[in-house]
Amino acid sequence: MQLNHTITLIVNGQQYMRSVEPRLLLSDFLRHQLGLTGTHVGCEHGVCGACTVVLDNEAVRSCLLFAVQANGREVATVEGLSSGLHPEQLHPLQIGFWEAHGLQCGYCTPGILMTLVPFLRENPNPTATEIRDLLSGNICRCTGYQKIVEAVQSGAKLIQEGSS
Amino acid sequence: MSTRYFGQPIKRNEDPRLLTGRALFTDDVQLAGMLHVAFARSDLAHARIRTIDVASAKERPGVVAIYIAKDLGDFWQPGPLLVPPPPVEQLEFHQRTQVPLTKDKVRHAGEAVAMIVAESRYVAEDALDDIFVEYEPLDAVVDLEAALKDDAPLVHDDLERNISARVAQTKGDWTQAASEADLVISRRFHYDRGTAAALENRGIVASWDAKTQHLTVWDTTQAPIAIRNGLAAMLGLSERQVRVIAPFIGGGFGPKIMMFYPEEVLLAWATLQLGRPVKWIEDREENFYATTQERVQVHDAAIALRRDGTILGVKDIFLHDSGAYAPYGLTVPINSQCTLLGPYIVPNYYSEFTSVFTNKPIVTPYRGAGRQHGVFVMERLLDIAARELAIDRVEIRRRNFIRPEQFPYNNEIIYQDFAPLVYDSGNYEPALERALELIGYERFIREEQPQREAEGERVGIAVVNYIEGTGIGPYEGARVTVEASGKVSVVTGIGTQGQGHYTSFAQVAAEQLGVPVSDVHIVTGDTDLFYWGAGTFASRGAVVAGNAVHAAAANVRAKILKLAGEKLEVAEEDLELIEGRAQVKGAPETAIPFGQLAAEANPLRGAVKPGTEPGLESTEYFGPERGATASGVHAMILTVDPETFLVEIEKYVVVHDCGKVINPLILEGQIQGGVAQGIGNAFYEQLHFNENGALLNASLMDYLLPTAMDVPDILSDHIETPSPLNPLGVKGAGEAGAIPVGALFAQALDNAFRDIGLETREIPLSPNRLFELVMEAKKAV
Ligand code: FES
Ligand code: FES
Repeated sequence: MQLNHTITLIVNGQQYMRSVEPRLLLSDFLRHQLGLTGTHVGCEHGVCGACTVVLDNEAVRSCLLFAVQANGREVATVEGLSSGLHPEQLHPLQIGFWEAHGLQCGYCTPGILMTLVPFLRENPNPTATEIRDLLSGNICRCTGYQKIVEAVQSGAKLIQEGSS
Repeated sequence: MSTRYFGQPIKRNEDPRLLTGRALFTDDVQLAGMLHVAFARSDLAHARIRTIDVASAKERPGVVAIYIAKDLGDFWQPGPLLVPPPPVEQLEFHQRTQVPLTKDKVRHAGEAVAMIVAESRYVAEDALDDIFVEYEPLDAVVDLEAALKDDAPLVHDDLERNISARVAQTKGDWTQAASEADLVISRRFHYDRGTAAALENRGIVASWDAKTQHLTVWDTTQAPIAIRNGLAAMLGLSERQVRVIAPFIGGGFGPKIMMFYPEEVLLAWATLQLGRPVKWIEDREENFYATTQERVQVHDAAIALRRDGTILGVKDIFLHDSGAYAPYGLTVPINSQCTLLGPYIVPNYYSEFTSVFTNKPIVTPYRGAGRQHGVFVMERLLDIAARELAIDRVEIRRRNFIRPEQFPYNNEIIYQDFAPLVYDSGNYEPALERALELIGYERFIREEQPQREAEGERVGIAVVNYIEGTGIGPYEGARVTVEASGKVSVVTGIGTQGQGHYTSFAQVAAEQLGVPVSDVHIVTGDTDLFYWGAGTFASRGAVVAGNAVHAAAANVRAKILKLAGEKLEVAEEDLELIEGRAQVKGAPETAIPFGQLAAEANPLRGAVKPGTEPGLESTEYFGPERGATASGVHAMILTVDPETFLVEIEKYVVVHDCGKVINPLILEGQIQGGVAQGIGNAFYEQLHFNENGALLNASLMDYLLPTAMDVPDILSDHIETPSPLNPLGVKGAGEAGAIPVGALFAQALDNAFRDIGLETREIPLSPNRLFELVMEAKKAV
């Protein structure tokens, strides 16, 4: 049996201390130990992007990291983007996706949102090509991407309006 | 005038939950004491099992139980035949269905030989390494034609040949037609295997509660009610003791309606044995073997025409790969057979197929479900005919269209729903003209293409037509209730995998009841809340369940009007329903909220009139007499890089006709998503099996799904020819986007390489394969 490690990390602003096996994936840790099941798993080998979370301001694939690698760091997941389900509690990017029909089954959506959050901070006004380029690492099997691109553009606009 | 909800691009009710990570998917279910399952699967595609040794695996700390086939006792049974063969006269059929755990012989790579139950998934997977199976490898059946040779190894030893089924269907007299024709063209066409690759893999959680004697199963299925009925029967339980929940599902596309997957029956059985909840979540690699796939077919087809391009007849003889078992009967090849005829008048047709057992994963419907093969063959034949007869390829299609006044149009053969293939309605020419206009066909061919070609570009244009049989029976039901809060609940049996049912059904109900769509709460996919139904398949949700919702909501509307009329002492015709209130027309001061009416319709004391039903509620069922035929046209302009043979889609147009549209936003999404899968199927996705039946690219690294860089923006428009077969006039749209894309790619490539006479007769393609085909064509020039 492998020895467990104790890790301390902040997830969506809340501090957690947990004892984990060194081989436990960050995705499994978030989903099954913290119950943050909004982060999804589609491939477990770093290709689909469904498991994307933000680690210290950078979008990462949580299926390619071990939970111990997040020790002492700060993680943001989709659950932290909004304070609840009501329209006024949603993040502007979420509103953009809602209005543009940027999701169908919604399985890819949390990973896509978490890929976009740090990106839009650096690129508040991306072109369609830049969005497609960025999202080429996130697989969506339902939408054909067109409405996702529209959703990102309208979400970006809403973010700017909100911060101006 | 009250607000219209039907036909509006209303944003979806389900989205806030999905967007915030608060929607429940199967793998999100977490129960106290839950155990985790992993399966030991065969690496070999065809092998006899000599011994299975699980002793050391059982010793591993954390392993709770290990089961192999013999541990299942009488519970070990081959799965049911889901769709019996249709009543076709010339038919040979051999039923062989999948088994829960392989007993004697493995018939495809990835078949499960042992089930491990452990305290965690990590431990269960560790224990896989401790299981020792001794196999006697057998020659594998991979290629369809080789499978039918006399000396071919047998997938099922008790059959004489690897034939799953053979079906011939006839309309008119092909031989006669061919003898009268000015031109007969014969070709061979290939279509290879792909997989649906829903982003969410399959998963099951099963929990037996010994105290209440009740089994609850969360399942990534498109057919929860059928799963409940089957599990209850297999386990010897009453249907009332079993609840199957299909929660949010991360994409279905067909394979999730297959039943029973071995894992479904095994998890349910195991929780009864162990008295603890069990969970199995498929990983991506397993998905490439254990989830069903689609589509190898080889067609030898011929078309007979008059000099003016009139089709006299078509003959098509094809092989269909059913994989190792055929639980879905003949659905896929019959779809190919029937969809081939397309929107055209084909007076004489002979079609015969042989469905072949191979040592490959099971084939069941995946978006399009064989329809794309039929479209591919027909559209290719027409393209070749147009070239030979020197008729424009659009014109040859126009000349053969079924005309609007010819509907209902009877094609005289039997469709997958066992009903005769009769098209309910259609109007093909306007859709074609609109597509030509949007893509700029004439101008492109006359000016742009020659000019760009002169500059050294490889650029092609394509236009293809298709029809899609949708919305087939048998039936679905819905219960609509006005609750005491004044809000409306709609419950239906079918599950949802992203099609927006929470919204489109709400729109149908809102239209009748005059409440905002966001006040209509939809429940789908929970067998405890709705007992009857068949499932989400064949683009039928909106048609069949949608019409059931409509009928039930209309009844509730009548109840509201009656009750409000009595209270306000006015005739029902003088009332209107607005924003959740009933009022005398134009007199908002008379308004009574629905909540109040609902409460009064369900009194707690006092007497009601005999025969009164409580509440403002109604349950209705809808079963169409046969499917509704949607249709459409896709057009595109494509460039090919002369160095790399990478393609780029410059422009993509879809004009479709799926009758009345409930929500254009959702419809557009369905079309765009379908096209993306079609593009994947045409140019990116291919499962590569070697001669031993091993799958060489079982990961998303090696099996290429189209990304945001590969799928273009799609320009779409629609024509509305309502279906006369249902009150809403709707037709299904779920598969239309995916069906004609292979044919479209082939035509565009041929057009781009027409100087060397390229003739694309296979799908999928890739830059490599295109390069080879171009080299072959160049050699032949
Ligand atoms: S699950 Fe992590 S990238 Fe697919
Ligand atoms: S919405 Fe289903 S995978 Fe993207």
